[in-house]
Amino acid sequence: MNFDDLLHDPGEWLNSAPTAHPVVISSRVRLARNLVNHPFPGWAKKAERIEVLHRIKPALLSLPALEHSFGSDMNELSPVQKQILVERHLISVEHAGKGVGSAVAINAPATISIMVNEEDHLRMQALRPGFDLDSAFDAISLVDDQLDAQLEFAFDSDIGFLTACPTNVGTGMRASAMLHLPGLVLADQINQIIQSVNKIGLAVRGIHGEGTEALGNLFQISNQTTLGESEYDILRRLKEIIHTVIKHEHNARRKLVSEKLATLRDQVGRAYGILCHSWSISSKEALNLLSLIKLGLDLGAFPKEFRREVDALMTTSQPAHLQKLTDEKLAADERDRLRAFIIREKLKSFPSPDTSSFGEEQAASA
Amino acid sequence: MLCDVCKKNTATVFLTQIVDGKMQKVNLCESCSKEKGVTDPTSFAFLDLLQGLGTAQVIAKTQPSLRCPTCGFSLGDFKKTGRLGCSRCFETFSENVASLLKTVHRGTRHLGKIPNRSAQIRDVSRRIEVLQEDLRKAVDAENYESAAAIRDIIRQLQSSASQN
Ligand SMILES: [Zn+2]
Ligand SMILES: [Zn+2]
Repeated sequence: MNFDDLLHDPGEWLNSAPTAHPVVISSRVRLARNLVNHPFPGWAKKAERIEVLHRIKPALLSLPALEHSFGSDMNELSPVQKQILVERHLISVEHAGKGVGSAVAINAPATISIMVNEEDHLRMQALRPGFDLDSAFDAISLVDDQLDAQLEFAFDSDIGFLTACPTNVGTGMRASAMLHLPGLVLADQINQIIQSVNKIGLAVRGIHGEGTEALGNLFQISNQTTLGESEYDILRRLKEIIHTVIKHEHNARRKLVSEKLATLRDQVGRAYGILCHSWSISSKEALNLLSLIKLGLDLGAFPKEFRREVDALMTTSQPAHLQKLTDEKLAADERDRLRAFIIREKLKSFPSPDTSSFGEEQAASA
Repeated sequence: MLCDVCKKNTATVFLTQIVDGKMQKVNLCESCSKEKGVTDPTSFAFLDLLQGLGTAQVIAKTQPSLRCPTCGFSLGDFKKTGRLGCSRCFETFSENVASLLKTVHRGTRHLGKIPNRSAQIRDVSRRIEVLQEDLRKAVDAENYESAAAIRDIIRQLQSSASQN
């Protein structure tokens, strides 16, 4: 499979869920593993990294999960291709900076990606749409078992899997869910919620600009620690917390509808207006307005079948995805104009928002 | 406000993370935030960055010239990078690592998945422990015939374990 096949539809995997979750966009589980008797990638010399890659490659090729996959040495990818993989969350920013001796393998639906010689010899992750941490873990744990049968992993019976950074030692697992929390942000409850649900060693992150608003109202909740608990227990605690946050988000949305309906309609309507008529827009502004469109959709302002388009725009309006559309190198202002154009064109297929049913939708889901 | 990483440029990206009810803030300049990949809310880079800054502080008080005989990595290197050199470093720096693991994790014992190979070895050593207990009982009961048989099994297990 080639690079373009892999990326032809960024919304596809999101749509594979039977019912899209209104709050949890995606679930992800990552495992870190290293081979015995080889220095970690950050300390290894180039020849040692290449040797590790040679050992790992045949094992990856034998994985049933990676049949018809996309695989490449990092030095064979262009900067734009690497950046696109970053924007799709298939590789890390750190991995995008790697060259000879590092590689990536991604299965056809882009639900499993494996980085070779990132910070650890193996960083493998499974991605699932919606709230589905268990099946993400099962998928990546199976890959782990199959690789374990062919490679000898660095493991200590007391402290578990050994990783370059001691913060990953033990299970080597990071599990996370990406949550869309516009209700809690608009209701000004987000900081309070984050603090109150976060007393048990889980991390919540929002990326803040110079205000308090998080980019696209997106937050990630993940486990903070990897040692001292089984994978099962880590996932159980994480899921409990996510359920609590979802509940609070629904309450916040319900409260907004009953107490601030005019403001809510205004925000969704304005977001639609700006996106339909702007001729230049930054990725930050676009993400924040698309978040409001998404909220409007959840509340019934747009037909549900447009959810995929909105989710896809959140990815395709990012810089490298725009650059991929043209052969010329785009400057930031040219990208902003191209972004505005793409969003305008896409929204032409949308009906204008019908916010009259906001109250009913909430009542129905209550 | 200066960037927490390079301590040179003005910070323009402000990150907040709440861990164990405590709010942690990191202020970064444009270029450091790009380099660390922390502007992506879905990446793990932010967590790694914060914890990396923390681990370097824990390890800072120890002797920086101690080196891993396998890979040549020193504690001074660890202080700089927050990463270890190889899996053997965990033995070389076991004291330092142990205190570090205690501060950053919920427990100090691995309770998760075990690789197959290690599971087999662990099974064998458990079986040997059980058999040794049986052997002691057999000797106490002066049942020398079964004691000899048990001893043979233990020897077999030990030699096959050492071959693996
Ligand atoms: Zn800086
Ligand atoms: Zn070492």
